[in-house]
Order: sequence, then C-alpha cells, then structure tokens
Amino acid sequence: MNEASRLRSRDLLGLATLGIRMRRLRAGLSGLGIAIGLAAIVGVVGITQSSESDLLGQIDRLGTNLLTVENGQTFRGSEAQLPASSTAMIGRMPGVEHVAATSLLTEPVYRTDKVPAFETGGIAVRAVDSFLLATLDGAVLAGTFLNPATARYPAAVLGFGAAQYLGIDRVDTSTRVWIGGRWFSVVGILNRFALAPEIDQSVLVGWSIAESDLGFNGFPTRIYVRATTDQVQQVDTLLAATADPQNPEQVVVSRPSDVLAARIAVQASSTSLVLGLGAVALLVGAVGIANVMFVSVLERRSEIGLRRALGATRPHIAAQFMAESVLLSGIGGLTGVALGAAATAGYALDQGWSVLLPAFLPWASLGAAVAIGAAAGVYPALLAARLAPTDALRS
Amino acid sequence: MTAPVVEIVEVVRRYPGRPPVESLRGISLAIEAGELVAVVGPSGSGKTTLLHIVGTLDRPSSGAVRIAGVDTTGMTDGRLSAFRAAHLGFVFQQFFLLEGLSVLENVAGALLYRGVESKIRKRQAAAALERVGLGHRLSHKPNELSGGERQRAAIARAVVGGPDLVLADEPTGNLDSASGAQIIELLQELNRDGTTIAVVTHNVELAQAMDRQVVMRDGLIVHE
Repeated sequence: MNEASRLRSRDLLGLATLGIRMRRLRAGLSGLGIAIGLAAIVGVVGITQSSESDLLGQIDRLGTNLLTVENGQTFRGSEAQLPASSTAMIGRMPGVEHVAATSLLTEPVYRTDKVPAFETGGIAVRAVDSFLLATLDGAVLAGTFLNPATARYPAAVLGFGAAQYLGIDRVDTSTRVWIGGRWFSVVGILNRFALAPEIDQSVLVGWSIAESDLGFNGFPTRIYVRATTDQVQQVDTLLAATADPQNPEQVVVSRPSDVLAARIAVQASSTSLVLGLGAVALLVGAVGIANVMFVSVLERRSEIGLRRALGATRPHIAAQFMAESVLLSGIGGLTGVALGAAATAGYALDQGWSVLLPAFLPWASLGAAVAIGAAAGVYPALLAARLAPTDALRS
Repeated sequence: MTAPVVEIVEVVRRYPGRPPVESLRGISLAIEAGELVAVVGPSGSGKTTLLHIVGTLDRPSSGAVRIAGVDTTGMTDGRLSAFRAAHLGFVFQQFFLLEGLSVLENVAGALLYRGVESKIRKRQAAAALERVGLGHRLSHKPNELSGGERQRAAIARAVVGGPDLVLADEPTGNLDSASGAQIIELLQELNRDGTTIAVVTHNVELAQAMDRQVVMRDGLIVHE
C-alpha cells in the first residue's frame, strides 16, 4: 500500500476558480477592497513620482545655482534698497558667473495715457541691467532684450504676465506703453521665468533711462546671482555680507529652486497620508476576503465531505480554499494595479508630464495582494481541512 | 479464494459524552466480492455509522476493519484518503453534485485525487455516464436534471474509478417511487456486471430488491 492521493497543480487551479465561478458577484465584491486599496496606492505613488520627476526636470533645466539678494521688505511691502555698490561687490566674488541688478520703481505702467491712474493691474516697473537675461538664462518670446544702447532710450521689455495683462502679443515700431508720464517703445516680450515670477509681472526698462527720466536713485532692490554649480554653497553663505557689509543681517538671500524642491517635500508628506489610507483599505479588504472565505467554507460543507470521500486529503482541502482566497485577492490586486496605473497615466498625460511608474510597484502590489489573500485564507482553509468527513456529509 | 471485500470484526463505535453513546456495539460482518447487500434498520440503528466505518470515513473505537484485504485501522488520514480514492465509491441520498459543474465534470471529479490527467478523466467519466444511461446529458448542469437522473449521475461518479466496493446511503431516499425503481434496477445491473454494492436504507422495498439483507437495531446486527 504505497499509493497516495495526488492532485495535479493545474487541477488545483481549476478547483480554486470553482467557488469564484459559482458566485461571481460575491467574489467581485470581496476583491473590491483589495482593488480600491491598491488602486489608491499605485495611483498616488505613480502620480507623485511622475510629478516629482517633472519638478526635478524643471529644477534641472532651470538650475539650482540661481540666487537672489534682497534687502528685506519695507513696511509697505515693496522691496527695500541695497547699497549701490553691492552689485559690483558681488560681481567680484569668486564663483559668481553672472550678476544682474534690478530695482523696483514707483512709477506705474499703463497701456495708454488714457487709462485711469488706479488701473495698474499689479504690474510693476523695474529698472534692470542688460545682463539680466543672461543671468536668468532666459529667452525673449518676441523682439530683443535691452542692451547697453537701448538702456539709455525709452525702451521697455515686457515680462510674460505683464504683456498678457497689457494685451500686447507682438512687437512692432508702434507698440508703446505709458510709464511715468512718457511713452516707452516696447522692444521685446520675455518668455516665462519659473524661478523669477516677479519678472513675469514686470515691465523692464534700462538703468540709465530710469535714472534720467523716471527719478530713479540708482539703488538696486533685488540682485540676481548665477554662481558656478560647484560653488553655490560658498557664494550663498558670503552673499549677504558682500551685498551689504554694514547690515548683513538685513539682507535676504534665497534660492528660487528651493521653492520647487519644497513642493516635492510637500507632495511627499501628503502622499504618505494617502498611502496610509490605502493600507487601511487593504486591511479592510483582507477582512472582507477572510469573511467571504468563512462563509464559503460553511456553505460548502457537503462539498468538502464529498471531496474527502472521493479521496481528497486534508492538505488538498486546505490547498483548495487557500488557492481560492489567493485568487480572489490576486484578481482584486490585478484590478487595483490596472486602475492605479490608468489613473497615473491619465493624470500625468493631462498635466503634460511623462508617465513614470516605478517598475517594482505593480509587482510589489500583486505580491502584497497574494500575501493578503494567503493570510486571509489560512484560518478558513484550516477550518475546512479540519472538518471531519462524517460531520461534513451530515447536512 | 480471494479475501472478502469487507471484513469487520467486533467493531465498536463509541461517541464520547455523558453518558457516552455507543452507535455500534460490536458488529462483525463480511461482504464477498460481487455481493449486493442491503443494511436495513430504523433511523438510529447505527447503519450510517457502519457505512462510514466501512467507507473509512470514520474509525472504530475498537475492533478490526479490513477493506479489500487491507487493514485500514492503523492508516494515517492521508493514506485513508488515497485508499478511498482507489478502492471505494460513494452514493448519497442528497446526490452531492456540484452545481457549478457539468454532469461530466462532476463525474470526472471522482478521479481528481488520483492525479489522473484531465483528458482521461473526462473520457472515463463519459463512459461511466453512458453506462448509467446519461450519455446524452454530459454537458448539462445538475439543476437541469430530474432527481432520478441526478442520482444516476452520482452513481456514475461512484463507479467511474472501478472501485472494489460501492457504498450507497439511502440512494432512493429523495426520489419518487418510479425513479427509485429505476435506481434499484441500475444498482442490480451494475452488480451483475461485477460491482460489489452495499446499500444502507430503512426502505424495505429497496432492501428486498437486494440479494442479501443485514438487519440492524440499536447498534447490533439482529438478523441476516
């Protein structure tokens, strides 16, 4: 007597699907918790990763080596003045590639001389160095930037947002704006600056014409500094003292790319919240599957008894219910991963990001689903296996 | 002379409790190959317990059990399962056909735990169904069959593996008398073809139709 009951693994798979095929709706509902939990996790991780890679790409493109120097703010909220010599001092620092001074002027800008005085639209006028474009690594959308020659004439360059507000979308000889009681010809419109949004909302004029015609005193209020990438830290620490040796504590040095980096950090913290919720959904899903498996074992007592009579061993019975539980959870997991991936792809494409889903994520999720199914199925399966054939057949 | 298919000696089955219940109180019985036996008795006489012991679904508290010449009392649960798969076929009053599966799949399922390949299982199941007169119903679901047809399918499932012994528990209990009579005929026919069959019943008509009657009462055999 050396014979043993044998069950082929392919037949086990068939047995595992039996309960699911017989009660499709219940199976679908029981897998739903797992599907929702994993969809949330995969979706959130995918969307965050895609967004993060987009932000990192932006930071890379824009560079982390741009610094700005301000002298705090006045009581009225506008930019305070820095010493006149600060631009030159900063320019002599080691590790500084470009430096450009800007100064916020008090004169407002209007589309024409007929516009009422209060309708400034929040558009500022700034006197700027002609090196500003190089320092910001920016580009003009139309026309040209100011050069040392045009800086002496009433010529203006519009920031992206300022041009939109003023309703100017092209540059020709007749395009003018009204600043400080005189006409300035528009010579250029700038592209958007992600790292210097205040420039987007400004109309820029030359340093010389501002001094001669707009009552500008020549003190910069905000200086842009482009440092060599490997010396950003050193420049950063010395910048305040260099800009205003008398009152270095009043000088505010900031790194605009930090704002973008901070957005990544904020996203990461909100991600962990959603991940936590996803984990809770998984837990609820696991309980749901365990529940359904218990009911299944109770309902199928006579099937268990029959199978025992047909020669199934206790491990065969346990394996059948374990496999069913894993399959339920696995189907839920597969659905969840598909939903999460679709959500990621949809959202990322909508935002114009490239879709980025870490390769391990779908596999880890499916692995988690299988593990959950196994964990949820253990006790019901053991219960089914422990059932004495005579009890199971007595229905 | 081959060994009897069933040979049990002084079998006692006692259920623990207060007081303990003795369902079988020392039963000895032998069934030779090719017999068609009825175990008759009122409910509570211990006949179903006897069927479970002979079917190795339950173990005696004391006594010897030899089925198909093999002592099954010391076997592990796994061995017993394999033994049932290889040597025994069961027919139940409630049929116990699985609703989700076709008749063919139900019958083929009897060979599942012998590790028989799916194609061969189905071929043998089709032959068994042909034999019980259900060759035209292979792909039907159990709920599309009449009670009599369902029991015939269950009988096909019991004999598909060519068992040494078929044990039937009230096989006509859920059937009207016409269907019941057909089932009796089928059992007789299978017996003529060489299948050893033991039927447990309290139905006198069914018992009369068998070649040999064993009458039980209160856990003992009172009459042969």
